[in-house]
Amino acid sequence: MTTFSNQSLMRNKYYNWIIKNLFSSWVNSLMTVVAIIFIYEVGTFFLNWAIFGADFRTNFQGEIISDRTLCSKNIMPGEYGACWAIIYARWDQFMYGFYPIEQVWRVNFVYALLPLAIIGILFDKLPYRKYFIYFTFIYPFLAYFMLYGGPGLSVVGTNKWGGLLVTLFLGVTGIGLAFPLSIILALGRRSKMPIVKSLCVVFIEFIRGVPLITLLFTANVMLPLFLPDGVNPDNLLRALVAVTLFQSAYMAEAIRGGLQAIPRGQIEAAQSLGLNYWQTTRKIILPQALKIAIPPIVNTCIGLFKDTSLVLIIGLFDLLGIGRAALADMTWTKLYYEVYVFISLVFFIFCFGMSRYSLYLEKKLKTDNS
Amino acid sequence: MEQVIQLEKVNKWYDDFHVLKDIDLSVQRGQKIVVCGPSGSGKSTMIRCINRLEAHQKGQIVVHGTELTNDLKNIDMIRKNVGMVFQQFNLFPHLSVIDNISLAPIWVKKMPKKEAEDIAMSYLEKVKIPEQAQKFPGQLSGGQQQRVAIARSLAMNPDIMLFDEPTSALDPEMIKEVLDVMIQLAEEGMTMLVVTHEMGFAKTVADQMIFMDEGRIIEQATPDEFFNNPKSDRTKLFLSQILNH
Ligand SMILES: Nc1ncnc2c1ncn2[C@@H]1O[C@H](COP(=O)(O)OP(=O)(O)OP(=O)(O)O)[C@@H](O)[C@H]1O
Ligand SMILES: [Mg+2]
Repeated sequence: MTTFSNQSLMRNKYYNWIIKNLFSSWVNSLMTVVAIIFIYEVGTFFLNWAIFGADFRTNFQGEIISDRTLCSKNIMPGEYGACWAIIYARWDQFMYGFYPIEQVWRVNFVYALLPLAIIGILFDKLPYRKYFIYFTFIYPFLAYFMLYGGPGLSVVGTNKWGGLLVTLFLGVTGIGLAFPLSIILALGRRSKMPIVKSLCVVFIEFIRGVPLITLLFTANVMLPLFLPDGVNPDNLLRALVAVTLFQSAYMAEAIRGGLQAIPRGQIEAAQSLGLNYWQTTRKIILPQALKIAIPPIVNTCIGLFKDTSLVLIIGLFDLLGIGRAALADMTWTKLYYEVYVFISLVFFIFCFGMSRYSLYLEKKLKTDNS
Repeated sequence: MEQVIQLEKVNKWYDDFHVLKDIDLSVQRGQKIVVCGPSGSGKSTMIRCINRLEAHQKGQIVVHGTELTNDLKNIDMIRKNVGMVFQQFNLFPHLSVIDNISLAPIWVKKMPKKEAEDIAMSYLEKVKIPEQAQKFPGQLSGGQQQRVAIARSLAMNPDIMLFDEPTSALDPEMIKEVLDVMIQLAEEGMTMLVVTHEMGFAKTVADQMIFMDEGRIIEQATPDEFFNNPKSDRTKLFLSQILNH
C-alpha cells in the first residue's frame, strides 16, 4: 500500500513547514508577503546595480575604462549600475598599499602562508596539529622578514605598506600580541597580591574607558616622549601599540569570564596533589577557561578587526584609507558606492568568517561537554 | 608509634565566625580515624586545614614533623605526602582518566611520562576500572569517578589520605564500590582520616571515632565505646538520629 513516493513525501514535508512557519495566521501571512516583496525589491535592485547593469573592466561600448568618464553610467546616466573599474585600477593599492610592485610577491607569499599559520590554533583535532602550531610560532618572524626585508631582501619601510596589508597586519599582530598579554592581565586581576591586582584592574578599566581613537592619538603623540631620543618608532608601530593594548584589555575581560566559570574544586584538587600555582594555572585552569572564553574572545577580535580602520585618522593607509585616497583622485572621484561596497565586502568576508568560527565552536563546546 | 599528624589548640575564624575551637588531634601511622558530626560543625574545615586548603589562625598543625605556616615550601612538601578525596570528586574534565592520574606524578614528581602512566594503570587496576583509562570523567558514573579520584591521590604515593564525605554525592547503589576500595586501602595499612556518615564503614575500619559539633571535638573514642556507650548527650542525640533515619 505504498502509494506515496519518496519525492511526494518530501514535497509534503516542505509544504507543511511553509504552512506552519510562514502562513500560520493572517498576521504571519501578511508579514511573510511584505517581507518577500521587500527582499525581492531590494535584492533585484542591488543585483542589477552590482552585477547585471555593472561595468567591470569595459563599458557597454566595449572600451577599457581608464577613468570615470568612460563608465557606462556616466555616458548614459540612469541606465547602468556600478563601475567596478576603479577597484581594478586600484587593486594593487587595495592589496599592498604603496609596496614596490616588483616586490609584492613577498606580500603574496606572506598572505598565502597566513592560513597555514592559524589553522593549527583554530582546529584542535587537526592531523599533525603540533607541526602547524610550531609553524604558528615561526610565522611572525618569517612574515616580518619577508615584509620588511633584511639580509638578502631589500628593505621596504612600513610607510610604504597599505591597504589590506595594513589592515591584516594590525588585526592579526594586534590579536596575536594581545593574547598573551590578556592572559597575564586576567590572571593578575584575580591575583591575591594587592599591587599586581590593582595594576591590572586600573590598566583594564582605563583602556576600556577610553575610545580607541584617543589611544591612537595618544600613542602617536606620546610614544616618542617615553622612548630615548633618536628612537623614533614609525606610525604603524605606534598604531600597533595602541591596538594591542586596546585589544588586550577586552580580551582579558573575556578570559576573566572563563576563569570565573572554573569551579573552586578544580584548583583545590590540583593544589592537594602538590601542583604549584603555575602548574595549576597552566595545566588545569587555563585549558578549561580558554575553551569557555573562545567565543567571547572571537567577538572581541571581530570588533578589533573592524576598528583597525580608525588608523586612517593618524595618517595610515589601511583598506579604508586607500579607498578614500582613490576617491580623492580626480580620475576616479565620485565612485563612492563602488569603493565603500568593496571595502565593506572585504571586511565582511573576514568578520563573517570569524563569526561562523565562533558559532562552530559554541556548538562544538556543547557537544563536548555533554 | 610514629605520629604523622598533630593538631594542637587549632583555632580558625571566617571573619567573626569561629569555625574551629581549640582542636586537639593526633594521628599515628596506620591509624584510621572517622570523623562525624552535624552539618556545619567544622569537619571539612578541619581536614582542609591539614593540607592547607584553608589556613588556621591560632594553634599548631604539624604533619610529618613539619609545621604548617605560610612557608610555601612546607606547604608543597606536605601536600605531596597528604592525599585528599573530595565529596564532588573534582576530576579534571578536560583530561582523560589516565592523564588525570599521571598529571601530578609527571609535573610534581618529575617522573617520565611512561613510568607515570604505568603507575596510573596499576592504581586504576587497584580501584578496578583499568578499562576506563582512555575515557573522560564526564563519561563515567559517579562511583567510577570517585574511584578515579582515589587512584589519582594514591598515585602520588601519599602517607596519609584525607577523605571528605567521599560517598555523600553518590547514588546509593554506587556507595559500596567506593567504600570497598577504601576498606581495601585500610587493610593495606594506609593512614586515613575520613569524614563520613557511613557508620557501617566506620565500624569496619575505624580505630578511633571523633564526634564534632559547633567547631569542637566533643568526643573521641574507640568505635566500640562510641557506638555502645557514648558519653556526651549530643553524641547520643546525633547517633540516634543518624542510626534510625
Ligand atoms: N569560606 C567560608 N566562608 C565563611 N564561612 C564558611 C566558609 N566555609 C565554611 N563556612 C562555615 O563554616 C562552618 C563549618 O563548615 P564546614 O564545611 O567545615 O562544615 P561541615 O562540618 O563539613 O558540614 P557538612 O557536613 O555540611 O559538610 C559552616 O557553618 C559554614 O557555613
Ligand atoms: Mg563538609
